[in-house]
Amino acid sequence: MPHISLPEGLPGITSGFAFRPETAKPMRELAHTLLHGPSTLTPAERELIATYVSSQNDCYFCQTSHGAAAAAHLGRNSDLVEQVKSDFLHAAVSEKLKALLMIAGQVQQGGKTVSSEAVEKARLQGATDLEIHDTVLIAAAFCMFNRYVDGLATWQPRDPAMYSKMGEHLATHGYLTPAISTPAPELSAKRPRS
Amino acid sequence: MPHIQLPEGLPGIRGAMAYRPETARPLNDLVEILLHGPNSLTAGERELIATYVSSENDCFYCQTIHGAVAAASLGDNEALVKKVKYDFEHAEISEKLKALLVIAGQVQRGGKQVTTEAVVCARYLGATNLEIHDTVLIAAAFCMFNRYVDGLATTQPRDEEMYRERGKRIAREGYINISKEYLPAEIAD
Repeated sequence: MPHISLPEGLPGITSGFAFRPETAKPMRELAHTLLHGPSTLTPAERELIATYVSSQNDCYFCQTSHGAAAAAHLGRNSDLVEQVKSDFLHAAVSEKLKALLMIAGQVQQGGKTVSSEAVEKARLQGATDLEIHDTVLIAAAFCMFNRYVDGLATWQPRDPAMYSKMGEHLATHGYLTPAISTPAPELSAKRPRS
Repeated sequence: MPHIQLPEGLPGIRGAMAYRPETARPLNDLVEILLHGPNSLTAGERELIATYVSSENDCFYCQTIHGAVAAASLGDNEALVKKVKYDFEHAEISEKLKALLVIAGQVQRGGKQVTTEAVVCARYLGATNLEIHDTVLIAAAFCMFNRYVDGLATTQPRDEEMYRERGKRIAREGYINISKEYLPAEIAD
């Protein structure tokens, strides 16, 4: 059960957003610019960074919804998403993305953990300053989103079809509008009442 | 030296924000609403939460600037800000704020660390759902801001007077107004 009374039937961060629309707006805009806006990193690469950090933070809702968005960008390749989460060094992603995921993992542990060596390595693999900046901010932002979602103990259903639909929506439309706008009655009915 | 080439002469988060105005705008909007907007928690209380979390994350720039805003909002009481950072349980603040700081500290360690007991305790001491929500989000947001500032290895001068003066201005004018100094006008407005 959530720690505070949140709108029913809305999973994860969407319930926090509905509870406090004033803060939802800049949070949506931040996610949209970082993950969906113009960038030399592909949306798939950026979603993989978000998914990896959320997985390191053990946030089920965020790693599953952003993992689904990443898979949607990658022609439904959810195996690759799983591989990045569990062992990105051996995943079929570019050496540059591996170096950026290394930086993202350091940010997740703490800002001071980011090493000059990791940054140098990313640069050697072709990463630009802006790509390094955005990697740091995506990782930092997900340390916020993950804590917001778990810190309120939001409802996080185990429903693969729901996440897959959400992922398609996010991959297509981005983050400015809700992926789930109205409470889904069939989902709230499944919600444990305990 | 910063990990990437940031504009010179802008310490801490300001250099990063000037480097990437597209992300600076929502970041400033968020901090404005959370710390400076209308709220049943005072600006002093919210700045103390931000300062405490930044101190737990060991971010010099954030804990010093928000500590200065907090002090400015609390009649220049810098001793109280220090006490909250190092031992808030014995600081001269309300029992409700102590309970909210417990929650903020749990969020700093991880979202799943927040306990029902801590939330029940805050509620018993008069905290509303919205106050608990905002405490969780302020703490979460500073886990972002702190990582952003330290993760880019921004310059963080050890000049207390600079933070004190800027803290007073932020307490007076808010975050969006003051960001106009270093963001292009069409972004800051």
